[in-house]
Amino acid sequence: MTTVLEVNNLRVSFPGPAHSRFCPVDGVSFSLQRGETLALVGESGCGKSLTSLALLQLIPAPGRIESGSGIRLGDTDVLALKGEALRRIRGRRIGMIFQDPMTSLNPVFTVEAQITEGILAHFRISKAEARDRALQLLQEVGIPDPGERLKAYPHQLSGGMRQRVMIAIALSAEPEILVADEPTTALDVTVQAQILEVLDDLRARRGMAVLLITHDLGIVAGRADRVAVMYAGQIVEEASTPRLFASPSHPYTQGLFASVPRITGPLQRLNPIRGSVPAASAWPTGCRFRPRCPKAFDRSEVEPPLLPVGPDHRMRCWLAEQTKETGHG
Amino acid sequence: MTAAFDVLQSAWRNPRGRTGALILLIVTIAALFGPVLLPDPLAQPDVLDASRPPGLGHPFGTDQLSRDVLARVVSGGRISLSVAFLAVGLSVTLGAAVGLVSGYWGGAVDALLMRIVDGALAIPRLFILLLVLAVWERVPVLALILLIGATGWFATSRLVRGEVLRIREEGYVRAAEVLGARRHRIIFRHLLPNALGPLLVAATLGVGDVILLEAGLSFLGLGIQPPTPSWGGMILDSREVMISAPWAGIFPGLAIVITVLAANLFGDALRDAVDPRSA
Repeated sequence: MTTVLEVNNLRVSFPGPAHSRFCPVDGVSFSLQRGETLALVGESGCGKSLTSLALLQLIPAPGRIESGSGIRLGDTDVLALKGEALRRIRGRRIGMIFQDPMTSLNPVFTVEAQITEGILAHFRISKAEARDRALQLLQEVGIPDPGERLKAYPHQLSGGMRQRVMIAIALSAEPEILVADEPTTALDVTVQAQILEVLDDLRARRGMAVLLITHDLGIVAGRADRVAVMYAGQIVEEASTPRLFASPSHPYTQGLFASVPRITGPLQRLNPIRGSVPAASAWPTGCRFRPRCPKAFDRSEVEPPLLPVGPDHRMRCWLAEQTKETGHG
Repeated sequence: MTAAFDVLQSAWRNPRGRTGALILLIVTIAALFGPVLLPDPLAQPDVLDASRPPGLGHPFGTDQLSRDVLARVVSGGRISLSVAFLAVGLSVTLGAAVGLVSGYWGGAVDALLMRIVDGALAIPRLFILLLVLAVWERVPVLALILLIGATGWFATSRLVRGEVLRIREEGYVRAAEVLGARRHRIIFRHLLPNALGPLLVAATLGVGDVILLEAGLSFLGLGIQPPTPSWGGMILDSREVMISAPWAGIFPGLAIVITVLAANLFGDALRDAVDPRSA
């Protein structure tokens, strides 16, 4: 397997009071293999979206990526790029789709103009050729009657259609990696499934790697090869999807699973994680989940590193040492 | 360009807007083609024909120099409207450029430009113009256009900057950035077209303002110089015959009122179309 993306100790900081800086993304590392889907799961405010924007150096000012962070796209050191070189990888190496297809399309231009924008930004081809490619892309994302749709304006399309158009746009420059930031959050459940189907299909056909950012474990289950759970700016647990679903180990991950309503089994109260994610300017010391953790113990006052829990399974919790010992014993 | 087109269409559906647009259209056509059909506005056919009341030969009468008032109103309109359209075109372009730069780049560039605009807005426009024109005798029309245009973009730049700041946060701008769209493309394809609506309002209302401003300057003898006819200049000339031949001043005065009113009606309708809340 070839690694297409490697993120190493990514830290994104914003200015806080009195010249201090705080880090909403604080030491995130992960890698993405060709043809693989990695899900980045976590609550709102845990740093998922900032992580994805950092991949293309699109952190809005006054935020910045701290030195010591590493983002490698194949052989390219993304953080060393500037200006034109940076523009060339945007869309070309990494494509992105966003949560809200309603606002991600420019209301004043036709679908055709918006899809060809990406093609013309990266390839030296004629408008007619760009149009043909746009037509193919619309077919590829499953839009019926693509010739007519090319002439449509965004307001003439449904939410699901718009998200398909967004995917077509993200694919227009044939990126190796597609970052899907909550791609289905704004859509109906039935449309959600279709969009995920399209993404999965494209991944398989084009050998793309997909970084699926979501807060919805249900989406992860069928689609992702691996899952990284984020909490308070860090990855707290990482495992293959079957493994994570079979034995979620970090108390936070367990809490996430417990808070998903079940339709089978005895009727029971929902079991949410108490409290809410602390503000990025006030991450707790020690284990960041400690104030909300039902299993916090004395060692939690020291910040745990990512510790192995099993094969290809790591978590940021001191309990990993016990789990592993009992596993062996 | 649908945003601007929608705004125009919606303003057209508004009865007041349609009235304003139609009057503006008629005045513009008259100014464009009228001078060809009417007698020479400078010709003084006969001293005995001076200060004739409106009648068959001269629908608006003649002035004290026996020139046809209708011909002069129409040909003065050509000058006044040219000055207005060109000066507004200039100030809207400047305002849009500064606003786009300021809003898009932000930071120090933005702060500097906006402080300049703040300073410029603190000095009344008429004051700056009076100062320059008082020194500059017999100012050419082109210079007048440039002066009026160059002093009219400050508020527009603020407006456009505000729009750009809003549009910048829209998903499609982020999406274009993610896609690797070039900077000029983001500015001219995403920011500018979506800011056209408010810009159109500012331009239309600006036309009315500039017609008044130019008429005022010409009335003071600082704008369009005689013998070139202009509405303000005609009113200036007519002061001497205000009682004996009032038509020489009434008709150019009416022309100013009707044109400015039309521009404001249309501009207000456009504003309602851009921002229905303020209707």
